[in-house]
Amino acid sequence: MKKILFLLSIVCLLLTLLPSFMVYAGLISLQLNKTLMLVGTMGWFLLAALKMNAAQHQPS
Amino acid sequence: MFSKKNFFKKLDSVNEYERQPIPGNKLKGWKSFVGMYAGEHTAGTEFVIGPLFVAHGASAPDLIFGLLLGNILAVLSWAFFTARVSVKTRITLYYQLEKIAGKRFSLLYNLINALMFCFLAGSMIAVSATAIGIPFDLAMPSLHDVLPSSIGWVVTVLIVGIVTTVVAMFGFEQVSRFANVAAPWMIMVFIAAAIGVLPQLGINSLADFWPVAETKIWNGVPLEGQSKFTFWHIMFFAWFCNMAMHIGMADMSILRYAKKWQYGFSSATGVFLGHYIAWIASGILYSLFLIESNNSTEFAPGPIAYRAAGIAGALCVVIAGWTTANPTLYRAGLAIQSINPKWKTWKVTLFVGGLTTLAACFPALVMQLLEFVALYGLILMPLGAIIYMDVMVFPKIGLQDNYAMRTNSSFNWSVALTWGLTLGLCLILNLMFNIDIFFLGLPGWFAAVFIYIVASKLFQKHTHLQNELKSNQSDKPETLLVS
Repeated sequence: MKKILFLLSIVCLLLTLLPSFMVYAGLISLQLNKTLMLVGTMGWFLLAALKMNAAQHQPS
Repeated sequence: MFSKKNFFKKLDSVNEYERQPIPGNKLKGWKSFVGMYAGEHTAGTEFVIGPLFVAHGASAPDLIFGLLLGNILAVLSWAFFTARVSVKTRITLYYQLEKIAGKRFSLLYNLINALMFCFLAGSMIAVSATAIGIPFDLAMPSLHDVLPSSIGWVVTVLIVGIVTTVVAMFGFEQVSRFANVAAPWMIMVFIAAAIGVLPQLGINSLADFWPVAETKIWNGVPLEGQSKFTFWHIMFFAWFCNMAMHIGMADMSILRYAKKWQYGFSSATGVFLGHYIAWIASGILYSLFLIESNNSTEFAPGPIAYRAAGIAGALCVVIAGWTTANPTLYRAGLAIQSINPKWKTWKVTLFVGGLTTLAACFPALVMQLLEFVALYGLILMPLGAIIYMDVMVFPKIGLQDNYAMRTNSSFNWSVALTWGLTLGLCLILNLMFNIDIFFLGLPGWFAAVFIYIVASKLFQKHTHLQNELKSNQSDKPETLLVS
């Protein structure tokens, strides 16, 4: 579970960064880039909250 | 189930070793410092500093190479000054200063530090407010504004300030954890926002970058009313913007946990992500704003980031500002509380938050951030020089280290004199010889070292070391711990 959350959060981080290179390469519009960045942002913080929650509930 | 007894037991078990050296089994590896520095130095200030370099007419070569050299010097300062002293003493700056300068002097230092923290937090509240105001079409402050520009601005700042203060009143543990989570994302937003707007600046291939950078982004022409920044301004700013942390020794609190002094080099992650990539990125965003707005003097990081990266960009400004303001406010509260530890932390934080929010209403705090950051480092620098000399040099030249502790004094006049005279000299250099504040740290450090040696020779000669034997005895366990 922990590994899946980690991988998903990396995907979200990349979703924040990589589309901008596609704008630079002329593959997507700046508007689409902004939308993808927002999706990546929401995913990153949602997964971070889940990870923090999971860490808090782990038996010490 | 929540158990009150366990809760307080847990709180009691927290030991930050504030008045004792870090024991060997609590030392940390280099990975802890790499991560900590990378997160710590990507903050709300980066949204202001990068654009201000553009406003001050930095040229592209001056910026790229000035930042490179200045950041390298900053890393070397962290390693050779802060880390070496930290590993030798393994105590916080505050306790080390108390041993050298005495309790009353430490109180004075804490008060000044708290005031500086308030202004820094205030500027970050203002930065966050520029993003919060976007949906309300708030009139943003301009580069020349000193006083609040509109009622809307004041109301927005008050709301952000109140929220920040209330959160800080509950401590900053959760905010600190949130800031750590946000740090990698913030770096991604900085980079993505800048890359995404490159085609609009006319950069469609790597070969386009340098010509456009020289003519459109950092064209070397300052905006109206702004002074011209040269290579030396940028280099010294990059070196000294965190002077309070490295040469000023504030990061002793962190690096005292390092197994080796070489871990001080891990600060490179922070400065090259936050003070190189992020400053370049925010400068690119601002230059696009200037081109599109025909050199408007409006200066608002929120709308600039929103324009380039949409809601994610605006969120980044809010979060970067807030995660910087919040712990800063909390630290300011703790510093004020040192006057009377019986005061309730939340009441002190409320007072500090009110002061900070009031200061945040004045846009001058953001517009003069470069000068303020330089002043902050300069004011605390002489004490870093004093600590360095006391720990590393005094035992070798026959002068007494930890003088206040050994003489049971609450106010070491050598330290006070060094601080006052060094800052006085810097003021003279600034006012009479027109030497910019960014350059004063270097001559100031040498002046502090010289004055401290002379003053110590004079004062120590005439004072009987009453508690020397007693102090030497109490030092022995500490020496064993840090070896």
